Amino acid sequence: MSAPVIQISSLSRRFGEKNAVDNLTLDVQAGEIFGFLGHNGAGKTTTVRLLNGVLEPNSGQVCVLGLDPQTEGPAVRAQTGVLTETPSLDERLTARDNLSIYADLYNVPRAEVPRRVNSLLTEFELADRADEKVGGYSKGMKQRLALARALLHRPEVLFLDEPTAALDPVAARHVHALVENLARREGCTVFLCTHNLVEAQKLCDRVAVMEHGRLVALGTPSDLTRQYVKHLDVDLEVDPIQMELALQTLQEFPQLVIRPPRRDKELLSMTLAGRESIPELLFILAQKGLRVYRLAPQEANLEEVYFALNRGAQ
Amino acid sequence: MNTRAIQAIIRKDLKVAVQNKGVVLPMIILPLILFVVFPWIMAYAPSWTNAAGSSLSNMDELMARMPAGLLHELSGYTTDQQMIVFALVYMLAPMFLIMPLMVSSVLAADSFAGEKERKTLEALLYTPTTDRELFTAKLLGAWTTAIVVALLSFVVYGVMVNAAAWQSIGHIFFPNWMWIALVFWVTPAVAGLGLVVMVFVSVRAQGFQDAYQTGGMVVLPVLLLMVGQISGVMYFSLGVVLLVGLVIWLLDIVLLWFASKSFRRGELMTKF
Repeated sequence: MSAPVIQISSLSRRFGEKNAVDNLTLDVQAGEIFGFLGHNGAGKTTTVRLLNGVLEPNSGQVCVLGLDPQTEGPAVRAQTGVLTETPSLDERLTARDNLSIYADLYNVPRAEVPRRVNSLLTEFELADRADEKVGGYSKGMKQRLALARALLHRPEVLFLDEPTAALDPVAARHVHALVENLARREGCTVFLCTHNLVEAQKLCDRVAVMEHGRLVALGTPSDLTRQYVKHLDVDLEVDPIQMELALQTLQEFPQLVIRPPRRDKELLSMTLAGRESIPELLFILAQKGLRVYRLAPQEANLEEVYFALNRGAQ
Repeated sequence: MNTRAIQAIIRKDLKVAVQNKGVVLPMIILPLILFVVFPWIMAYAPSWTNAAGSSLSNMDELMARMPAGLLHELSGYTTDQQMIVFALVYMLAPMFLIMPLMVSSVLAADSFAGEKERKTLEALLYTPTTDRELFTAKLLGAWTTAIVVALLSFVVYGVMVNAAAWQSIGHIFFPNWMWIALVFWVTPAVAGLGLVVMVFVSVRAQGFQDAYQTGGMVVLPVLLLMVGQISGVMYFSLGVVLLVGLVIWLLDIVLLWFASKSFRRGELMTKF
């Protein structure tokens, strides 16, 4: 196994009395889509700044692509692309100017600049308005242009800070496809800061959950759901004429069915105490003479992990 | 130094700045008044006052207060000519310095505080440019533009002054050595001063207008030089101009050293 692309060890950064990042330790592997989750102020953006040598840490070590961002910042930034939380575009310039200027700043070979700029403008569906000032663009167009700018120099590591926050569902799906393509086909490592948990669940190989600058959970989405979500949502389908009996039976076992069952047409939806409750519940239903057609567990998702962690923190 | 990156930042800053009316208008209006309109007014002022029957006693009073060196320089001219030469060559010399000072500070305000206001600095900080390249590019763009604008103003002023005063003087009298020193020695130093002061002001300013208004205080020393010249306390001889230039250059070096110390990515990220 090759060395991690990003290695963070005991990293801390304070602003006055506030710990923006507090003793953070984690690794990110090459080609991975790594989700960095947390609410506003959790330390996500500060971590991205520290990893790019744009901010100095108070303590701890960071290594990106084998380089120290503090002493080799320009070399690190030459191989990373960053989409900041706000698009940070020059709105008095055209989209083409914005990209051409940053192509020079990222040292894209001169002869290749027009071709690469045009290709990105086309890929991000901005070619028709490439020579208009960015100030007149919609939020979504600005976000797409900022993402195109982050990809100009074909970075090895791409940092995305809330990449789909301002996008409509179609544009967001386009970005998701692009991120997956970058990671899966081109081997680009993606460090995705988001509080969109559906997005993280869909895209990320592993996720870290941050809370007040501290790492509170780290693992694959399925590992985390197993670890943090103990209860289980299930849908039960019984013979329709036995619905009332089923409802009554389920309410008699609150140690198994921890939230009262809800009737939804032909189904009964409920929350069980855990996976281990299923055999016992099936046994009880059979004893009562209920004909079970289907018992379908719902897969827990990161949203539940997130709220479970939040409840724990409170 | 990555010269390509420096050129790109200069290109970006200037392209953005020329689209700001607050930047462009003063750069057009001020030189138009000072270097096109003013020479014609001053060149014809003596004939207008004579035609109106006013005496030139005010000029005599002014001349009586002038230092001996200036009187010597004006000695070959008639009273009317003395008034024209004094106004166009000596009185306007300190005012000329407002030009590079204003251009450099207005461009620096747009480049530093304006970038803060537009929230465009962060993307720039994530590029592979070093802190020094970024600082150099930001200063160089405003500094060279200020010098070029001042040089163009000087050329225009030279043409206007000689053309406007041709009827009264009858020969080319501008520029003299003092003006050559003013343009090529003091102007770059003054442009540098406006620039560096604006770097400090921009750190605390909320945006372009805020920085421009606060940084506008930097013209006060130039106004003092002008008052000193009109009141006869001093005059812009070649020696004075060389000395003023030296003082400003030294001031530039000291301020630049402090400014470069504080121009660090980490500082910019937290303050901008």
